[in-house]
Amino acid sequence: MHKLLWGAVLALMLVGCDAPREQVTVHEREAVPDNLSAWHVVEAIDGKLTLNERVVPYDLNTALFTDYAHKLRTVWMPEGTSAAYGEDDFDYPVGTVISKTFYYPLAEDGSVLRTDDYSGDFAGSGLNLDRVKLIETRILVKRDDGWQALPYVWNDQQTDAVLEIAGDAKRLKLVSTDGSAEEFTYVVPDFNQCAGCHADNHTEKAIRPIGPRARHLNKEYTYQSGKENQLSYWQQVGFLSGLPELSGVPQNVNFKDTEVALAERARSYLDINCGHCHNPNGPADTSGLMLAHDEQDLRRLGVCKPPVAAGTGSGDRRFAIVPGHPEESIINFRVESTDPGAMMPELGRSLVHEEGAELLHNWIAGMPGNCSKS
Amino acid sequence: MKTTAKIGVVLLTALAAACSQDSQTQKNNENTAAATAVDFQKALRKQLIQAQPGDVIEIPEGHFQLNRSLSLNVDGVTIRGAGMDKSILSFKDQIQGAEGLLVNASDFTIEGLAIEDTIGDALKVNEGKNIIIRNIRVEWTNGPATENGAYGIYPVQTENTLVEGTVAIGASDAGIYVGQSRNVIVRNNRAEFNVAGIEIENTIGADVYGNVATNNTGGILVFNMPNLPQPGHSTRVYNNRVFENNTDNFGHEGTPVAAVPAGSGVVINSNDNVEIFNNEIADNETANVIVSSYFSAGYYSDKSTQKDFDPYPEGIYIYDNQFAGGGDSPDHLELKALKVARFGLTGSLPDIMWDGAMDPNKMVNGELPENLKLCIENEGVGIINVDVQGDFENISTDISAHQCSLEKLPKIVLDFDKPQEEPAAENEVADA
Repeated sequence: MHKLLWGAVLALMLVGCDAPREQVTVHEREAVPDNLSAWHVVEAIDGKLTLNERVVPYDLNTALFTDYAHKLRTVWMPEGTSAAYGEDDFDYPVGTVISKTFYYPLAEDGSVLRTDDYSGDFAGSGLNLDRVKLIETRILVKRDDGWQALPYVWNDQQTDAVLEIAGDAKRLKLVSTDGSAEEFTYVVPDFNQCAGCHADNHTEKAIRPIGPRARHLNKEYTYQSGKENQLSYWQQVGFLSGLPELSGVPQNVNFKDTEVALAERARSYLDINCGHCHNPNGPADTSGLMLAHDEQDLRRLGVCKPPVAAGTGSGDRRFAIVPGHPEESIINFRVESTDPGAMMPELGRSLVHEEGAELLHNWIAGMPGNCSKS
Repeated sequence: MKTTAKIGVVLLTALAAACSQDSQTQKNNENTAAATAVDFQKALRKQLIQAQPGDVIEIPEGHFQLNRSLSLNVDGVTIRGAGMDKSILSFKDQIQGAEGLLVNASDFTIEGLAIEDTIGDALKVNEGKNIIIRNIRVEWTNGPATENGAYGIYPVQTENTLVEGTVAIGASDAGIYVGQSRNVIVRNNRAEFNVAGIEIENTIGADVYGNVATNNTGGILVFNMPNLPQPGHSTRVYNNRVFENNTDNFGHEGTPVAAVPAGSGVVINSNDNVEIFNNEIADNETANVIVSSYFSAGYYSDKSTQKDFDPYPEGIYIYDNQFAGGGDSPDHLELKALKVARFGLTGSLPDIMWDGAMDPNKMVNGELPENLKLCIENEGVGIINVDVQGDFENISTDISAHQCSLEKLPKIVLDFDKPQEEPAAENEVADA
């Protein structure tokens, strides 16, 4: 027995600081570790944020904006399991671990860079920690009774992240390429606030992943092995079953792709940024404003729709969208506001997404029609 | 063996420390830190997150600063303070969140505390059954201001909801707002200096009684808004004191309440089957009671309103109220002009103002069927019909068309409320 015990201690010592990596570990719901590293999904090793074996990075056609943070998204599933394809939602196997690491490119003076170009974010063998500042990593793990969301906040030394169910607030200085800088408070949502976005059915309160769905994932990604459609790749590595012909898979567009019609870009942007709340079952269904990708009714989409309980968020404007007049439209007011009592989305940003706001501005400016009474 | 095990533990601890010295230091610092606002906020946040059904979360006496929204998602939790003037959660420097406290849970009780100066709504309960909001105060301490948060107490899409003994002050929309809910009692509250004191909107079955609404722009509102899944009906407003609601409207343009004239006592807009009885309604300078359609709210157009929305208030029954004063200094220029033209410089508009809108599709021989009428059985009361549909051409003060009575609405019963009632209560209501 003594021998066994010492053996265990020795084994632990060996893996303690630098050693071959342990497998991804799915901890029980009631016994989640305090440290992110214990999941062995993404870990800071030798100055790099590295992905474990079979941890697959992915990105989205249009992503949800979070204060210009860059995001390293990964998915891992237990060996021999796969997600079942669904047009709106995949049925992920129990044990799936999805991670999203929020970080910023570092400026020379230690502040962080403001850039809305995420195309160079290829994870490959990892992120060099001398070039980025890691803020938080959110873990979504699928249990047999549903998803669990866990917010981990990176320490200043960037060696590990610690579970902070109460969330956190960090002061950051964001520097633009033109040298201008602004300070802001990056807020890490608390455990309940995770559900604020991820429980897109407010009645069932069940948490679901927002990004990794067919229409968001249906795009190419540059893997170490080369460029490939993400869904095909997932199928190839065994993470996805039942994938139909790609031509039959829905696809949101990249909101920055100027080759695509403005309306389509705007709808994709609204879908990922707003649709998780503003859908017929979401927490924002109280407003009667529906912004998910499949909404066809113009009034529900906001055209000439008066507010219900917007309060300060109305910005003294009368309709969510006034065709041709973004300066009279509540939607524009709310996405351009940083007042927590007025801005949209309510959580996850302290800054205005200038590029997104501009897109919505142009879309509404070019919209035909008017709201005059008839 | 024990010794060996101990050594093992020590070794492991040392090892853990070697790999993560920093988090250890951090923890020590935290432990030595004084009980600051940050600690309180974090601790409360954790309590709310980790709550189990049946838990009572106590808020001690004190004035606590919080800067981020709180939320509760667990059923069966009670949040209890030491009193609405003793346990104060202040959100004066709030940097995040559209509410002070956001609840998405059933069997929820909150009592005995204050929520002050939230940047958005103070207390929002979004979906849930069996909600008790009792003896709390929500307040914007700088008084009425457009910059204040919109709603004080804001249950929406709830069922079996009791709001009692609360105080709501300074909301830039409604102090107490019950929206899209079912089976609601709002009693013995005090609403002051809000745009709308108490507002019942798109709600089915509400009893509003024993409240005091004063110094708001509008005292008690019963509204229906379009483009929502649930149209409301069946609200009883009785035994309330609704006086001097003459505060200038400080709501944001575009919000439904921004169209409410200052000096409104009880306002019914587009809602059906509303009873107003046994209230003391006094000195509301535009009118003690206003009954209007969505057309008068100024927002109606076929573009802005879902097709099946019913903009007409129907089955409205006003009886046995005590009216005094009011109507002597109406808000809005056209109402001022109307008052002077009809009643002279020193005169007053009658207690009840009606916009006169009736659904032409429901008329039978030029009249609404009995059960859809605006019926008034209130001694000495006058009415003015401003004829909104006829472009204000046939303004009338003829009350004869309103001399009718309607079947009375049933009392709202909340199962969890029954033990506090006298056994004879049900019969009493049948007599009311």
